[in-house]
Amino acid sequence: MGLKLKALCKSPWIFHINTGACNNCDIELVDALTPRFDVERLGVLLVGTIRHADVLVVTGGVTQQAAPRLRRLHQQAPKPCLVIACGTCACTKGIFHDGYHMVGPVDEIVPVDIYIPGCPPKPEAIIDAVVKLLRKVA
Amino acid sequence: MKDREEIIAKINEAVGKKAVSSYRPAPNRFHVSVAQGDLRKTVKLVFEELLGRYVILTGVDTPQGMEVLYHFSFDEVGLVVTLRVLLDKQDAKIDSITPIVRGAEWIEREIHELLGVEFVGHPNMRRLILAEDWPEGVYPLRRSYGRDST
Amino acid sequence: MKRTVIPIGPYHPLQEEAEFFQLQVEGERVVDIDVDLGYNHRGIEKICESRTFDQIPFVVERICGICSTSHPLAYVRAVEEIAEVEVLERALYIRTIIAELERLHSHLLWLGLAGHFIGYNTVFMWAWRYREPVLDIMEEVTGNRNNYAMMKVGGVRRDILEEDLPKIKKMVEGLRRPLDMLVGAVLDDPVIHARTKGIGVLTPEDARIYGAVGPTARASGLAIDVRRDEPYAAYDRVEWKVITWESGDVFAKVAVRLLEIPESIKIIVQCLDQMKPGEIDAKVKEIPPGEGIGRVEAPRGETFHYVRSDGSNRPVRHKVRAPSYTNVPTFKATCVGQTVSDATIILAAVDPCYSCTERMAVVDGVGGKRLSGGYDLISLSQRRTREILNTLAGRVAQGELERGLREGYRRIGGKAC
Repeated sequence: MGLKLKALCKSPWIFHINTGACNNCDIELVDALTPRFDVERLGVLLVGTIRHADVLVVTGGVTQQAAPRLRRLHQQAPKPCLVIACGTCACTKGIFHDGYHMVGPVDEIVPVDIYIPGCPPKPEAIIDAVVKLLRKVA
Repeated sequence: MKDREEIIAKINEAVGKKAVSSYRPAPNRFHVSVAQGDLRKTVKLVFEELLGRYVILTGVDTPQGMEVLYHFSFDEVGLVVTLRVLLDKQDAKIDSITPIVRGAEWIEREIHELLGVEFVGHPNMRRLILAEDWPEGVYPLRRSYGRDST
Repeated sequence: MKRTVIPIGPYHPLQEEAEFFQLQVEGERVVDIDVDLGYNHRGIEKICESRTFDQIPFVVERICGICSTSHPLAYVRAVEEIAEVEVLERALYIRTIIAELERLHSHLLWLGLAGHFIGYNTVFMWAWRYREPVLDIMEEVTGNRNNYAMMKVGGVRRDILEEDLPKIKKMVEGLRRPLDMLVGAVLDDPVIHARTKGIGVLTPEDARIYGAVGPTARASGLAIDVRRDEPYAAYDRVEWKVITWESGDVFAKVAVRLLEIPESIKIIVQCLDQMKPGEIDAKVKEIPPGEGIGRVEAPRGETFHYVRSDGSNRPVRHKVRAPSYTNVPTFKATCVGQTVSDATIILAAVDPCYSCTERMAVVDGVGGKRLSGGYDLISLSQRRTREILNTLAGRVAQGELERGLREGYRRIGGKAC
């Protein structure tokens, strides 16, 4: 296993992108940062630029406007970059599956390593998914 | 401070005789259809003179034609007044009310790109919510969208 | 003078909603501003035309995760207007309780973000910490922290059990003191004053021509509130005040939202007290042809739904208007002429279903060249606060805020932190 993956398992740096989500998943993700759940103590860090990211968390069912941006961001991410599809929309477009402006779900645009269903998934579920992902990779 | 009846009476006075129709489904709801040429004048009356609050516009694709609804709220008396114009679907054109109500800029752009209505005199007509690569001339909110293979 | 435009790529960790703001600046001043929507357009109005009336609450609930009650409530009211349904009393009280809990969590969320944007992380962390008990109450009442699925045409979907009432009441009462303290602490804080007073003023006339609603309008002195102007749910059965402020600046918008917090608690407690046992569902079977309008006062302002039915089981047309649609354009009036470092907080002040402020672009007006990202814009804003905090007065202020909040939290039995 590469050096990067080893480092990633100790302290995954996460970059978050919203491709047309209603915000609930985004809020639960940020909630994971707040004192009650506090993922930072587990070494998980939200970073401000894709170039530092090990893990890309995608929320939203990917609208037509957001799809090129998602593709571009995934290309810019230093490989290997794991992708988490967070929320039902990201997994399957969910309740918006027949919207004329939807091109997703996420795995039609970029390869996905782990799916977190839920509308929205609770912070506990998100943390659980990150842990499962790291175990799968390790 | 006007009451609901006064407000409705004033609107009727201005367009009543020429109004295509009007109805009052509930004490706090008043709908009046106006001729295309009367729209600007009626909006000026409702917004500038009677001080109604601009809420939003709704575009509706009906078998009879393209409708545009203009919703205004009179908060002090809890009344919503809806003006209505009916446009020819093949040539859906109406005066823009953005010069009168600044806040209408976005919704006129949206109705244009989703339903294909042209707002004559709009100061800034361009795409608002559809993707850059969404094809021109395809109006997703029209009933015909997705039915005639475009 | 050279114009510069700053683009903001979406790379702030707290980015949420996707809107691209483009700021044209000349030196330090913003001279024009525009926004690029579309990242979030999911085609909901069209989707609703192929759903039945009772499926739609689940769709509109997900328009915006924060206003998860306002949209379904406005929608069901529009349909109830068409069908001339009388909603039963207990359902009215439950609707009110859910709506006010939503207002609480939304205002606290916004407060946290606003604190973050001005680099006052104390406020951010504490606001979001206090949000958790509100979400716990929501979970007790509805079964979920977000997306409550409570509204249906004719009533509500789930009842609050009588035996749960004392516990819920205790949880709500327990919030009163700490939230009062948070509100007081933030409103008195000199750093907040320095960063928000006189900034981004929206005049009453501008508020009117843009159709601003909610705290954005009330902060400019316009006393409009759907809960009073067209009472729904149980708002005409309980005592509460419409909060307004005259100055129209960012501070006014902060103040209005903060002062609405104790009012919300007041409303919830009265509802819990006054609620009598009874049915919660008027059991609506058919929707006749007609048009209906439903409006509610969401945390951000008036949410307006228009529904047209032709007697079938699906709407012919469903128009959704969120309050941000008329609040966000006020940025033309409030941002132009202000400094770049204030742009973030001015944009955030209308509570634009938030974090659209991260999606900002500053572009070179002359050459169209993009400068560095919007991360810088937020950093600029935060740097300004740091300068204030680094003064003696600033350090004292922050220390006091932190001490006061810790003290308050300890007194309500919160863990040491």
